[in-house]
Amino acid sequence: MNQPLGQKYETVIGLEVHLQLSTRTKIFCGCANVFGRDPNTQTCPVCLGLPGTLPVLNKMALEYALKIAMALNCQINPLIKFDRKNYYYPDLPKGYQISQYDKPVAYDGHVWMTTVDGQTRKINIKRAHLEEDAGKLIHDDRSNSSLVDYNRTGTPLVEIVSEPDLRSPQEVYDYLQALKLTLEYLHVSDCDMEKGSLRCDANVSIRGAGQKIFGTKTELKNMNSFKAVRTALEFEEKRQREVVSSGGRIIQETRLWSEEKGTTVTMRSKEEAHDYRYFPEPDLVPFDIDDALIEEVRRSIPELPRQKFERFVGEYGLSEYDARIIVADQHIAHFFEACTKLYVDTKKISNWLNGPLLQELNVRKMGFSDIKIKPEDFIAIIRKVDENVLSNLTAKETLKQVLDTGKDVAAVIRDAGLAQVSDSSALEGIVDELIREHQNVVGQIREGKASAIGFLVGQAMRKSQGKANPKMIGEIIQRKLSAKSDA
Amino acid sequence: MTKSQKSITKEDVQYIASLSRIHLQGDEVERLTKDLEDILRYVHKLEKLDVRAVEATSHVLPLANVYREDEVRPSLAQAEVMKVAVMSHNGFLKVPKVIQ
Ligand SMILES: [Zn+2]
Repeated sequence: MNQPLGQKYETVIGLEVHLQLSTRTKIFCGCANVFGRDPNTQTCPVCLGLPGTLPVLNKMALEYALKIAMALNCQINPLIKFDRKNYYYPDLPKGYQISQYDKPVAYDGHVWMTTVDGQTRKINIKRAHLEEDAGKLIHDDRSNSSLVDYNRTGTPLVEIVSEPDLRSPQEVYDYLQALKLTLEYLHVSDCDMEKGSLRCDANVSIRGAGQKIFGTKTELKNMNSFKAVRTALEFEEKRQREVVSSGGRIIQETRLWSEEKGTTVTMRSKEEAHDYRYFPEPDLVPFDIDDALIEEVRRSIPELPRQKFERFVGEYGLSEYDARIIVADQHIAHFFEACTKLYVDTKKISNWLNGPLLQELNVRKMGFSDIKIKPEDFIAIIRKVDENVLSNLTAKETLKQVLDTGKDVAAVIRDAGLAQVSDSSALEGIVDELIREHQNVVGQIREGKASAIGFLVGQAMRKSQGKANPKMIGEIIQRKLSAKSDA
Repeated sequence: MTKSQKSITKEDVQYIASLSRIHLQGDEVERLTKDLEDILRYVHKLEKLDVRAVEATSHVLPLANVYREDEVRPSLAQAEVMKVAVMSHNGFLKVPKVIQ
């Protein structure tokens, strides 16, 4: 894309995020809400939509939806109801989806997000409503048929609809990160895009820079990761710009992202003009969302990432950068806070946490929730460095072995012989060897080049596999060389 | 919509029938067009009533807030579900191919 084209158009994006709630049971029946079971083993007459059955709302699903509404700073409807969204598709056994039309759980909220360049942006939430998920279809080319699994049918979903406030694919990515993090803190879903528990459709349009009215939008579907969302949007914004700048018109349509092809393609319309003929669901009575219920749910909301970030910066004096990394994973945030109860230097904790510990996890491709190390062990390692028992190098080795073996810190140091050598006769031996081996460096030191001492200390650390006490080595070198030059 | 306007057309009926997967035959389109027109005329009559004092409602029962607790109840066995399927294959229901 050349520059003038990029400045001529503005991209406008709104997102619809579908979140599967991690309740024990489905939204309107007692079937278990579980993933990965044999097909059609988690269904009952209610979720199969057999005649004569009645759906009854799972109270937990409503409470989770209210939690989400509050965390997204939404207004909450004092009275909500359910509606039927009518369409025919084999993944929908009843011929309609129970959703919410004009009285959703929540409306008019917002999410704060941090952009890549560190700016804070407010993205408005239009509404959030409860609905049921559809089943799963597998298309079989050989037998020219589709196979249907209704296990997912009736899984509680909250659909979160943003206003068209997003202006670039990267902003969408940042928004999704911020939204997902908030949802993770709430413990209402496992938010796993690969498992389909978090799904995202995007409405995209472009308009001339400075123009007020929106252009014709396309709806993008079938993105299976945040990165795929960003790539698909980059493709689609480029496609629309090319269509418009070559004098064409954008057609309102649904387009599917193809990961293999790296393009979006028109989806054949599955229903005339999305004519869903919503009407009130007669099988479900309305629900009053009274103050008592709101209060009860409000009390169950934990400290959210944004508040935690501000507190970590204020209370623990962390840099915004460090605080952001720690807060970006609630397990890390929890671990960090447990450490601050044991050790006073919070900056040092954050350095060891964001540095060596996270590096070890990256190497192992493990999440923070998978590791065995306890805050006590982690702090014990930092203390050993303070006490000169461990150098930075041997401390990292100790950390690695604690993670590998699950042994306690003292045992690892003892068994692997990692304790720092502060025995001066052993250290003097090392220094004597170095003086013999590096006569030219010794010469430089004698000529007053102080930085050359650092080189020798480094060599001593290498010779001792990181176990020599670097401070003592430095002292010994200085003493020996000045003694010699005096002589 | 003004009352003098024809409130429903044959095309409307055919469109609704296709959305509802109902196959209308013979004079059914004509008959249903007239029936639906009569129904709408009746609704127009209701619109003349002064209902400002009546609270909007979506449900006729004097009931609200009927919940269930989040407790698992047994599901049907797969074989039971297959019994209501017209066609099945390896525990799946089988339907004519739908193209996405
Ligand atoms: Zn069920």
